[in-house]
Amino acid sequence: MKRVHCVLMGLLMAGAGWTGAQAAEGYEAIRAVGLEGAGNEAAGEAWNRAAGAGPEEMVAILKVMNGANPLAQNWLRAAVETVADRARKSGRFPEADLAALVKDTTNDTAPRLLAFEMLMKDAPKVAEALRPGLLKDPAAELRLFAVAELLEEGQALKAKDDKKGAVAAFKKALDGARDEEQINALAKGLRDLGEQVDLPKHFGFLMKWQLIAPFTNVDRGGFDTAFAPEVGVDLKAKYEGKGSEAVWVPFESKDEYGMIDFNEPFGMLKEVTGYAYTEFEAGEECAAEIRLGCKNGWKVWLNGKLLFGRDEYHRGMKLDQYKLPVTLKKGKNTLLVKCCQNEQTEQWTVEWRFQLRICDATGTAILPKS
Amino acid sequence: MTMKTISFWLGLAVPMMALADDWSQFRGPNGSGVSEAVEQVREAPEVAWEVALPGRGLSCPIVVGDKVFVTAASGNEQGTLHVLCFSALDGNKMWERTLRATGRTMSHKKTNVAAPTPCSDGKRVFALFSSNDLVAYDLQGNLLWLRGLMLDYTNASNSLGMASSPVVVKETLVVQSENDSESLALGIDVKTGVNRWKMERPKAANWTSAVVFGETVALQSSKGMTGVDPMTGKVQWNYADGAATIPSAAVTKKAIYVPSNGMTALVPEADSTTQLWRAEKLKPGTASPLVLGEALYLVNGSGVLVKADLATGDEVWKLRMKGPFSGSPVASGGRLFIASEQGDLQVIDPSGAGEGKVVHTVALKETILSTPAVSGGALFVRSDGKLWKVK
Repeated sequence: MKRVHCVLMGLLMAGAGWTGAQAAEGYEAIRAVGLEGAGNEAAGEAWNRAAGAGPEEMVAILKVMNGANPLAQNWLRAAVETVADRARKSGRFPEADLAALVKDTTNDTAPRLLAFEMLMKDAPKVAEALRPGLLKDPAAELRLFAVAELLEEGQALKAKDDKKGAVAAFKKALDGARDEEQINALAKGLRDLGEQVDLPKHFGFLMKWQLIAPFTNVDRGGFDTAFAPEVGVDLKAKYEGKGSEAVWVPFESKDEYGMIDFNEPFGMLKEVTGYAYTEFEAGEECAAEIRLGCKNGWKVWLNGKLLFGRDEYHRGMKLDQYKLPVTLKKGKNTLLVKCCQNEQTEQWTVEWRFQLRICDATGTAILPKS
Repeated sequence: MTMKTISFWLGLAVPMMALADDWSQFRGPNGSGVSEAVEQVREAPEVAWEVALPGRGLSCPIVVGDKVFVTAASGNEQGTLHVLCFSALDGNKMWERTLRATGRTMSHKKTNVAAPTPCSDGKRVFALFSSNDLVAYDLQGNLLWLRGLMLDYTNASNSLGMASSPVVVKETLVVQSENDSESLALGIDVKTGVNRWKMERPKAANWTSAVVFGETVALQSSKGMTGVDPMTGKVQWNYADGAATIPSAAVTKKAIYVPSNGMTALVPEADSTTQLWRAEKLKPGTASPLVLGEALYLVNGSGVLVKADLATGDEVWKLRMKGPFSGSPVASGGRLFIASEQGDLQVIDPSGAGEGKVVHTVALKETILSTPAVSGGALFVRSDGKLWKVK
């Protein structure tokens, strides 16, 4: 907040018809937009003034994005783009200031990414010079550009039969890579050259779980039914299930992408609910993201607290489909996943599974202490 | 009042209302797919200009006055959402604004985040994306307001992607966000972006778009069709015999032709609907049907154009075209126009005594999954990479 306050105070000097106090109030109005259109009217009035600023104000407006909510960041983004249009026409595009903003990693991802995108379009040589420095950037979106460069370099070296050089480039890129497509390409490149790649570790998938099923999900009623594991996990307990006794069984994924597949221990059942339980030992209290991929109805609890749930079936699944921000406590953390299978009988509705990983906001795996 | 004064006020008023030549939403006026403009598309149009687009999209262009608006999505995970404005005359880019998606951007690989078609009330342009980001600009590209509907309603999404296009009626933007989980429709004040009303909708994935019938907005879903007062969200009438979730209804000033149990012709009235006919053999595929003159036209799942009698639903003829089709046909000057997935923009003359005839094809040579816009005697067509004016 101190950083934002400084920026807003800096805007006391802003021109374009704003008096200092008006500018600060205007930007606060934009930053105050909220859910269901709250604050839109006040923000609209302020936006007109912000968008009228001169090119010299672009970086200041970008910095107002720091700490703002995603809606406010989009309001400010539109103001920056409008100012940038005029800056291009006037030949006063502030490329050096934008490059400095990109380099300053105390700024949020949103303003840095926008600045970098504008540089790629308006000052490609400046953007090109920034690329190698983005490999370990706190913004995963910016790492993409540095990784892509190294990936190309590795492939070129591989084509020249420079195995040592190619492996070095691929390994360096993989160290920074957080994008699934790039990671896959790098893993393939390394494996083609005889190198080992531990993808579950790179991503931070949780591979070892205890599973229990089958509870009912007839008429999709299981999603909102709190079966015994939701009340309390007792790994020695047995329950009356749908058509058979529900018991806990250990399960370790052999899948590189950490797939936890209920069909393996329980068979291809329909209209059923299963639970998966595991524990995660965190070395210290830290902000993290639990990232889930699942095409069944699901709910996730961390340390007994429900994080989110979604009752959609068989519409698609991907890595990091859902990102759930959490705080891990130091020591043991418990994770419970509910996974519901529905009544559809088509071949493409057989899957009853999920994948889950723990990482930071950049997508860097957080590995258990043990 | 002097003529000068009258001219002044007319000059102010003209830009503030949708003109007859505007194509201001998905499938144009009322969602009918039929151009009522004086200047019609000729039988053998040619590419007048083409411009590059910065990202993918299935959304259709819209035309307001001399401006063409189109949306696109680009970047990692389709996270950058574009709204672009081009000159209809020469394709010159007049402005471009972008947003970062605030909702989930996952979709089936054939579709993408820029699937819903924008709409306009003649003063503003409203763009919706599958991520449920919704934004309003004035025609010069000044931001008026924005919403993140997936921030507001956290389970309002579809992992296959959403595609329902908004419509604007009586100062209200009607938005459908219908899916298996948190399914809803909203009436939003065009001036502020704030909800006038919010309505729960059937919990089922739905990619159809509303049509405008009289002063009601007709919302289609797997359950049927519901007429809603756009100002209040109050249900005016309801048809509950099921309907398709991909092709949208055809509409005229007298009736709605719903992809329901084949095709079903309905006349909505106060609190009820009257069924004119039902034709179970008429089965539209992905493309939405339209009414031209006294006939209903639809494209079935095999890429065959079917003409049916508007009064009875009886089939009149079939014409195999060069398909397959994801976009829908539009009509101008008594002809039909439709672009295939392979990029063949086909002109069909349906007026012959026998079956219709493909009279001209413009080979655009790119994958086209969207529906053309019609304005100023021209078609505006987009692919993932290009926007064309064909006149």
